[in-house]
Amino acid sequence: MIELYWLPRIEDWRERLRHLGETGEAAWDEAVALAAARLDTVQTNALDTIVRRTFAEPPKSLPDKPIRLALLGSSTMAHLHPAVRVAGLRRRMWVETYENDYGQYWQELADPESNLHRFKPTAIVLALDAHHLAGGIGAAASAADVDAALGEICERIRTCWRLARENFRCAVIHQLALPVHPPLLGSNEHRLAGSRAAFIAKLNAELRRMADTEGVDVLALDDRAARDGLFAWHNPELWHRAKQEVSPAAAPMYGELVMRLVAARRGRSYKALVLDLDNTIWGGVVGDDGVEGLVLGQGSPLGEGFVHFQDYARELSRRGVILAVVSKNDEKNALEPFDRHPEMVLKRGDIASFVANWSDKPSNLRMVAEELNIGIDALVFVDDNPFERDLVRRELPMVAVPEISDDPASYAQTLADAGYFEAATVTAEDRARSGQYQSNRQRDQLKASATDLESYLRGLEMRLMWRRFDRVGLNRTVQLINKTNQFNLTTRRYSEADIVGVMRDERAFGATLRLIDRFGDNGIIAIVIGRLQSDSDLLIDTWLMSCRVLGRQVEPTTLNLIAALAKQLGARQLIGEYVPTAKNGMVKDHYAKLGFSAIGGSGEAARHALDLTGFVPRETFIELIEERADD
Amino acid sequence: MTEPEIYETLTTIFRDVFLRDDLDLTPTLSAKDVPDWDSFKQIEIIIAVEGHFGIKFRTREMDSLNNVGDLVHLIASKT
Repeated sequence: MIELYWLPRIEDWRERLRHLGETGEAAWDEAVALAAARLDTVQTNALDTIVRRTFAEPPKSLPDKPIRLALLGSSTMAHLHPAVRVAGLRRRMWVETYENDYGQYWQELADPESNLHRFKPTAIVLALDAHHLAGGIGAAASAADVDAALGEICERIRTCWRLARENFRCAVIHQLALPVHPPLLGSNEHRLAGSRAAFIAKLNAELRRMADTEGVDVLALDDRAARDGLFAWHNPELWHRAKQEVSPAAAPMYGELVMRLVAARRGRSYKALVLDLDNTIWGGVVGDDGVEGLVLGQGSPLGEGFVHFQDYARELSRRGVILAVVSKNDEKNALEPFDRHPEMVLKRGDIASFVANWSDKPSNLRMVAEELNIGIDALVFVDDNPFERDLVRRELPMVAVPEISDDPASYAQTLADAGYFEAATVTAEDRARSGQYQSNRQRDQLKASATDLESYLRGLEMRLMWRRFDRVGLNRTVQLINKTNQFNLTTRRYSEADIVGVMRDERAFGATLRLIDRFGDNGIIAIVIGRLQSDSDLLIDTWLMSCRVLGRQVEPTTLNLIAALAKQLGARQLIGEYVPTAKNGMVKDHYAKLGFSAIGGSGEAARHALDLTGFVPRETFIELIEERADD
Repeated sequence: MTEPEIYETLTTIFRDVFLRDDLDLTPTLSAKDVPDWDSFKQIEIIIAVEGHFGIKFRTREMDSLNNVGDLVHLIASKT
């Protein structure tokens, strides 16, 4: 059985569930807490039932809009809905689910009068089971027949994806089929053209390729089956009994996998891995045992286990996860192994924020989040000490704290199974990020040496390279638009298709901005979209920025750019909008600070205006340079 | 495992599945006596029992279950 083994068991879970309805305003937090436990299928269904009973509608002030998720399949999926909703709850997301009438996925996608269209999904999982897909294949078929069938099915699926995207402009997730067919040849199954088992393997490979070009994310159940064992996921008896391709026993993990993808596309994956030191990344206590006494590296199975875990952490950082350290130690002792233990895989330069002192860990985790300029809910904290884990969970329920064993050999797999850092794409920005945090520290040192802000800013020799939206940067643009929560004036989320729409719209502009200074390239740090509302008014539809570059005059320099682009479209006035969310309080006064005047607003949005006819570009220490697509 | 022990574990499972803490199990209790005990819930019970007792049911065995008493006998024969 697949268990959510990285989540803690809660002793009085049953009791607390029974009393969930009586907790009043705290009920939602309590429900989220109950979802963050090691639940089996029965507990998952029970929690879902009680949550639905307690909340007639989604509670107000959630970080995300409710998610309307359609599970479109060729077999039964009703038993998976509660687990998907509970996996959403675990992420403080309210999820409504929908399932097509049995087998009718195609008709419902195509028919504008269908219940699916009435449901208006914001995410779709297309789940076509292996029996359905290999239905026309048999051992007597020729290679040509099989190729033709493969081509036909791929086209049919491509059409489904396109219908989903065109009709709903929503995220599309394709669930790859489980390898349920027993082989006919054996190890060399692929040599039998008409083998259903070989056909499903081939189809899954082809769909991965297709998904990359079509902007669809895959839900890799075939990969999970290879790792967990097919029968952890698929129960042939239950297939014959109830046409459930995914066994109800696997439902909690299924819900997790689906919601990780949905959350990743909404920028809700975790961003930083915070590590304890003693007995977490090396064996022993450095303050007591000394660098020489640590268990780390060749010659001891335990020591090799710690090296393996460090290596996994470094690999994560190379693909964009930020690494940090929080340890109860004297800083000097804590740093010593990084500097001079020959078997250390992690070096000081890999750690973006290093906190070693004797304060409590929750305070130190807050400090790390602040230093990295990310939300505290973006931290994952790994600590071998159950007491510290418990304390952090209690004080900071938004920090993910996995249960880990006392064997470092299992730590990497635990983090992978927990899926904290799920990402659907990797951009060059992600790969460069750890280097950027290093440069940040050099910038901080300059700041400490410069006597005043002005000479610090001048000393940075900043250039803001701006570029109109183009195909090349599309991926990164969409990623940023969907994950920036704090410095984001309107928090409007857009798909690739929406961005292409802006590129084509003659009455709109969209630009990405990259900040370069003498310490390096900060990457794309801001995005703006402007739309003409009337002949004279230009609405700043989107203005978002990475918090990494706060306090560096990027905001007024960006305003200069917006003003120039707006004037090119003939605008005489800029309209700036602030739409408050749970996370963007920091930009409440953004427009006021830039000299806009409040003009009221509609609903929750506050509107501000700036006259362009007399606009004088703000003076900053940043040079504004256009990068053209052919550069 | 003794039948009383099996009944005790099963009672917890049934109460969690149906979210009814007043549910008491008797050998003759069957799907028609409990609202919501449909084929989905039946599978949920089977999955939970398999997980809790570390056993596996075959198709014929699942088909032969008419009431709680049958289930208890089946579990007893496998544990």
